Amino acid sequence: MRSSRKSSVLFTLAAWCAALLVAFPLLWALLASFKTELEAVAVPPSLVWFDWTLENYRAVLSGSDYGAALRNSVLIAGGSSALALGLAIPAAWAMAFAPTARTRGTLLWMLSTKMLPPVGALIPIFLFYRDTGLLDTHLGVILLLAAGNLPIAAWMLYANFREVPAEILEAARMDGASLWQEVAVVLAPMALPGLASTFFLVFTLAWNESFWSLNVTSTDAAPLTAFIAAWSSPQGLFWARLSAASMLAIAPVLVIGWFCQRQLVRGLTFGAVK
Amino acid sequence: MSTIVLEGVSKRFGDHLATDGVDLVIPDGQFTVFVGPSGCGKTTLLRLIAGLEDIDEGRLLIDGVDMARTPPSARGLAMVFQSYALYPHMSVRGNLGFALKVAGVGKAEIAERVENVARLLDLERLLERRPAALSGGQRQRIAIGRALVREPKAFLFDEPLSNLDAALRAQMRFEIRRLQQDLGITAIYVTHDQAEAMTMADRIVVFRDGRIEQVGTPLEIYRRPANRFVAGFIGSPRMNFLEGAHAEPFGAAAIGIRPEDLVLRAEGGWAATVETVEHLGAEALVHVRLADGLRLVARCPADFAEAPGTGVVFGVAPAAVQRFDAGGLAL
Repeated sequence: MRSSRKSSVLFTLAAWCAALLVAFPLLWALLASFKTELEAVAVPPSLVWFDWTLENYRAVLSGSDYGAALRNSVLIAGGSSALALGLAIPAAWAMAFAPTARTRGTLLWMLSTKMLPPVGALIPIFLFYRDTGLLDTHLGVILLLAAGNLPIAAWMLYANFREVPAEILEAARMDGASLWQEVAVVLAPMALPGLASTFFLVFTLAWNESFWSLNVTSTDAAPLTAFIAAWSSPQGLFWARLSAASMLAIAPVLVIGWFCQRQLVRGLTFGAVK
Repeated sequence: MSTIVLEGVSKRFGDHLATDGVDLVIPDGQFTVFVGPSGCGKTTLLRLIAGLEDIDEGRLLIDGVDMARTPPSARGLAMVFQSYALYPHMSVRGNLGFALKVAGVGKAEIAERVENVARLLDLERLLERRPAALSGGQRQRIAIGRALVREPKAFLFDEPLSNLDAALRAQMRFEIRRLQQDLGITAIYVTHDQAEAMTMADRIVVFRDGRIEQVGTPLEIYRRPANRFVAGFIGSPRMNFLEGAHAEPFGAAAIGIRPEDLVLRAEGGWAATVETVEHLGAEALVHVRLADGLRLVARCPADFAEAPGTGVVFGVAPAAVQRFDAGGLAL
């Protein structure tokens, strides 16, 4: 009893240390974003006892294209996530509730597309985009990121749908529901936690994506990742201001994550069967 | 009310033949029970009738119309599932009215029909609750109500009581039967529990390996089983089977005797030793062993008082003996 309590304390401590280690760069940037440029590079660094200032945030918001980049990020991440989910829901439904002998192979094949290094497809896609006028457009990036995240969305939803008792969908079918009603009125509300977590994951991946957004956008459709990358060279020596820009870039995702939290853990199917 | 006719209905899952050319008539207004061991094809046949599985071969006639290729919703049948399959995100009212809502029935009529069914099944107090807040018995009644509200041509029940405790099961058994009799609706009920089949059915269909072994009323099947399988499957405790020298005097390869047909005698029967006695209150089940090691079960009066190890003699009236040939068919 005593030793198990001791080990649980040790495990908790270890978990906190690991979490701190992982979050350290983020915390460091957060602190730096509230410092003056001088304090940000001071050795030894001060953790709490410095002159807290919002000057860096003011500078980023007024002296850059942050607003345009934020709008592009929201459009691209939101649009690509909606498109990926729109395609993944019917695919996952088919694989979960009407599987065939090839379903497993299809799932593995979908996942295998994630193994391809994106750089391998860069040149053909770049040339294709250049010739079709998709370079530096929202639609161009949305299509690319939706396609890239589709396997993950389909896999996650497939796993989620498999948890939904097929008998409930069969009951809906017996009750006269069309396929559309079966998915929209019965399956979707029951799979809402899974749909929310899938949307959030795909949204975050699209938000953080930088390879494609750096290569196929320049100004009109450049999202926050491209904005930070572009801003780091002229402002490279201004650690505090760069930190503030980074914090502003990740803030929307943190906010969405906070609000999605409840959906992620809510189990709606309890009590449906057995 | 409807008559359902199956003609040569087969279904295959890969190499497994789940139902093998089944021919069957489900009479109008009757309570037909499909019974058999797990994997015998009874649930598959029910799902084929419902339209939840596609029929590979054969015809399905509902009121004379071939509906083998008709989608489930257009067959006019309602199903009660083993797991209830209620919509967890809808209230009881929403669950009961869902079928009417998707059929485009007006709000006032939905409300009225839901209220009627709720009154019939004593669900009025529960209408605003979610399924998660209800007991197993209440959920089952809602599942039945959901089927009832559509005023279907026939009810299909897929082992609906298997998740309930024994007392509730007995009560629901009675309620379902009463409801079906009151409404005079055709019902098909799948169960692996032979006691459920015996107590509820107008007609029993016994399945084994995707084929029908026998169709008949509960008493016909109990008293005149078509073969050894049916004789052994229907009845609890199961029928005693004796072979070889025991069966020869009856001109059969094997004989079967129900436990209640074994009667204690002073002499002139099978001498046996009492192994255990199960006192059930109204009767006693006596497990005995014959000299050659064969075990028998006899249903004896409640005051049976012989201790284990005591010698007893059992006899049987010749008319009560079921005779079977070497292939297991009744003679």
